[in-house]
Amino acid sequence: MIPVYRKAVTGILAATFALAVTGSAVAPALAADPGVTDTEIVLGGTHPYSGPASAYGNIGKGIGAYFSYVNDRGGVNGRKIKYIDKDDGYSPPQAVQIVHQLVEQDKVFAIFDTLGTAVNTAIRPYLNQNGVPHMFVATGASTWGKDYQKFPWTIGWQPDYQAEAALYAQDILQNHPKAKIGVLYQNDDYGEDYNAGLKRGLGKHQEMIVKMASYETTDPNVSSQVSTLKAAGCDTFMIFATPKFAIQSMVAAAQQSWHPTTYLNNVSAAVPFMNAASKAGGPAAVAGVISTIYLKDPANHARYAGDAGMKFYNEIMAKYLPTADKDDGNYLYGVSIGYTMVDVLKRAGKDLTRKKVMDIATNLVEKDNPLAYPGVVIRTSPTFRYPITQMITARWLATDWSPTGLLVDTRSMTMAENK
Amino acid sequence: MARAIRVGIAVVVIAILPAIVPSFVVFDFIYVAAYAIAILGLIILTGMNGQISLGHGAFMALGGYVVAVLAHNLGWPYWVGVPLAALASGAFGLVIGAIALRLAGVYLALATFSLAVATPSFLKHYKSITGGFGGLSLDAVKAPAGLPTSGQQWLYYVAWAIAGAAFLASALIVRGKFGRALRALRDNPIAAISFGVNPYSYKTLAFGWSAVLSGIAGAFLAMTTAYVSPDTFTFALSITLLIGAVLGGMMTFWGALVGAIVIEFLPLVAQQVNAGAPSVVYGVTLILMMLFVPDGIVGGLQRLTRRLVRRVPSPTAFEPSVPAAASMAVDQPTRE
Repeated sequence: MIPVYRKAVTGILAATFALAVTGSAVAPALAADPGVTDTEIVLGGTHPYSGPASAYGNIGKGIGAYFSYVNDRGGVNGRKIKYIDKDDGYSPPQAVQIVHQLVEQDKVFAIFDTLGTAVNTAIRPYLNQNGVPHMFVATGASTWGKDYQKFPWTIGWQPDYQAEAALYAQDILQNHPKAKIGVLYQNDDYGEDYNAGLKRGLGKHQEMIVKMASYETTDPNVSSQVSTLKAAGCDTFMIFATPKFAIQSMVAAAQQSWHPTTYLNNVSAAVPFMNAASKAGGPAAVAGVISTIYLKDPANHARYAGDAGMKFYNEIMAKYLPTADKDDGNYLYGVSIGYTMVDVLKRAGKDLTRKKVMDIATNLVEKDNPLAYPGVVIRTSPTFRYPITQMITARWLATDWSPTGLLVDTRSMTMAENK
Repeated sequence: MARAIRVGIAVVVIAILPAIVPSFVVFDFIYVAAYAIAILGLIILTGMNGQISLGHGAFMALGGYVVAVLAHNLGWPYWVGVPLAALASGAFGLVIGAIALRLAGVYLALATFSLAVATPSFLKHYKSITGGFGGLSLDAVKAPAGLPTSGQQWLYYVAWAIAGAAFLASALIVRGKFGRALRALRDNPIAAISFGVNPYSYKTLAFGWSAVLSGIAGAFLAMTTAYVSPDTFTFALSITLLIGAVLGGMMTFWGALVGAIVIEFLPLVAQQVNAGAPSVVYGVTLILMMLFVPDGIVGGLQRLTRRLVRRVPSPTAFEPSVPAAASMAVDQPTRE
């Protein structure tokens, strides 16, 4: 059989050489920007419709609903938006493959709202190399704002986790200067960003952190981590966790008769989660918990009953996603970020180029996003690319988040950090 | 000589593919090469030797991270990194293989599964080396100066050349005594041992070789994506590899090629069929294939051609096709 293999190998080598010599495959020069015709703008995106983070897939559906709404009203400057949204399973290699396909086959104008830190880190070099806008990525890591010089075609949208945590640190220093802090965090980039922000916010008072406990997303529950924090004598409880684990930790604390001052990250603060924790652990489990808000909460029917933005959201959901649970904040996130995207495309005008769209996205002042918390302005500059920096702290009072104090802008804090 | 023709056709198709398909499909086929190498290892280990591994994603992770760490932290070139990835992964495979000797069947499957589950946490923990959760970004592979190909085409040909070498080396290794011993240990260990086959060395070596292949595959996965992170090597990857091996066909090397194409493209096709529930389409496809071609696509094709061409009664799915198929791939060339 050896000769056959030898033939095969010779064949491979010959063919390789032949093609290597004749093949011409350098990326084609981009004369006119792809993805824009007289009637259409093609955008591409990926979301985890399967896999461990599939709950976030609803963001993509919310975006699709909003784009349908816009298209039914004539589109953007006469062009309809075609959004090609695919499942990446939260896997970086899969996302890279899909993005290659979106750029090279579907010839998208821009990539919009790809989700997850690892996924976006993986596709960022390729998109920047090819000058494809990589816009409003759905992750709160600080790198999107910080590393713009190296990756000028990439921009984030939501507040970065570090800024949110730094805000909690400020609140602690002001209102609980003698706090003994215990931190529960998810053992990944998400939890790590929160920890970094907390430490940064505490500055020279970092010794206030008495104990840190981590969990893996594969853990069944976090009650042992909670009892570790309690045993360490902590009286202030930072929950840097995704919804399932956040609910568990509030319930576990109540069950262990531990009643610290609790700070809960924004990701897990939607009203249904609070109600779930209250049901399982009693009202004491959630009473007085502190969190932050930057978008409106669709499950908060009482507060937003007469709100025009919420009416707009409900209308879109009823028409384009009638069977979806519109209380799920992921849909609202999708509609809200879709609004910013359409806003940018509108401002770019009829004569649409990739460069122009990036210029507008990095010189943006959007005051009228209907689903941002009242007063939140989405604002960027070429050298400061953190679109949302405003948040308000709020306290849970029995059935609702009650804002405490004023809207805080973490902009100057982040600027100082980046210097 | 039928096999020579098939190999020849495969080589020609692979060689001319970049000239006829769009560049993103070429890109997909680099992943196919990587998966084919990894699945080949599983076919030798599981198909030929009967050791079930649900943890080969861990060896891919090791290979991928060896290349990535050497390139990212030390600036070493890929042509140094890939052989070292193969060596490191192989050494680790020998260690795990030695432990695996004490376990069989579902116990081995579970033990290797725990390896796959632990890998992401392990990678996160040693963040000074692995970059932690954020992973390591790599430079895209570039073609050597003077060659008129894109980096992607260059990587494609290198990946498939290495895949070809892996198939050839594996065929040479498992033909003859070594392969017979592996199969004998799978089918009837007591008889094999009483004929003087040392189960410890053969089983450990099979594990080690399959780990070498997985390490190389992981290295190419890393270079192609130009990025590694713990999310790249979740336990789902290990399961996907086994799915590829089973769907392709465990009993012949062709199964690796077919299985790799299936796991690369089935998720993409499933999305086109139904964008709302790709995993349902994926799952239903798997169930149907297990019902109708339990010996894998290649096994099914073999039965089909046998029925059509030779007009001999088709053997039932499982037993008879095993020795027949196994012989096809590696041993007893006279049957062809």
